[in-house]
Amino acid sequence: MTAALLLALALGSGEAKAQVGTDVAPLEFRDAREEARFHALVSELRCVMCQNQSLADSNAQIAFDLRHEVLDLMREGRTDAQIKDFLVARYGEFVLYRPRVETRTWLLWLGPGLLLLGGGFVVARIVRRRSSSPVADDASQEW
Amino acid sequence: MSKPNAARFLPLAIFAALALLLAAGVWLSRNPDREALPSPLIDKPAPAFALPVLHEPGRTVTLADFRGAPFVLNVWGSWCPSCRDEHPVLTRFAETKRVRMVGFNWKDDREDALRWLGQFGNPYWLVVADVEGKAAIDWGIYGAPETFLVDANGVIRWKHVGPLTDALIQGELVPALDAIDPQPGAAR
Repeated sequence: MTAALLLALALGSGEAKAQVGTDVAPLEFRDAREEARFHALVSELRCVMCQNQSLADSNAQIAFDLRHEVLDLMREGRTDAQIKDFLVARYGEFVLYRPRVETRTWLLWLGPGLLLLGGGFVVARIVRRRSSSPVADDASQEW
Repeated sequence: MSKPNAARFLPLAIFAALALLLAAGVWLSRNPDREALPSPLIDKPAPAFALPVLHEPGRTVTLADFRGAPFVLNVWGSWCPSCRDEHPVLTRFAETKRVRMVGFNWKDDREDALRWLGQFGNPYWLVVADVEGKAAIDWGIYGAPETFLVDANGVIRWKHVGPLTDALIQGELVPALDAIDPQPGAAR
């Protein structure tokens, strides 16, 4: 009873919903190469509905649809890059787990390196200062 | 301590910076729309489609058929509980006759969709049915409800993911509409 109520509340909350998938036509691959390429591709694409899952893992209806679309596009002879462009044009950069290097994303790419550099610089300064004024001579220093 | 050493306060500074970062994260997560993706289609021509009309399956409409006046495209499905919540809001807005409301019935069973409209009322000027969900992918639709505002030239001007509220309609949709169509009631 409580569980049913909770479920009803969860379903009724103000968020956009996607149907939880019932895949009417499971994907069938022509050969192992196609299957490997497909899996590599969908694991690099983010499910637009669930957002913390890849397109490969998600059970949202839209993920089923997009997986079908990706396979269709592969069979049309499009390259991986073209398929990614197709999805980015519709759903934005968000669908890529590895965003492209461009003006809006350079901080994302270079940020960790910059932080590491900054941290290294601070550590180097502290170490240099300590070695020039030995801490051991300072009686009030507890550490 | 022989001399004030700025480095002693470094841990505190790092702690404060981290605390600030986390607080910013908590602050941002208050936004109920945080999971809504910004659409890359805003200010771009709406993707073409050719879809059957829900009430007349033999008749197909295309985007070109809507040219000449702005329209609101509302994505819904009878399977979508939030669409049920949104329905009275849509109905109130439709009654103002401010703009044509086109329903986009997404991945639905025709019978279910018709029953849904029969039960709750049909606020739409026209409903198109995308049973396969192909057109939905072109529009970057990923959940329902979603609502688009398309201008008289077929350019997408505004989009909202999630149920519309009266406040959203007054605060965002109507101003966006005023900007592209300054004569209320010109449509329809």
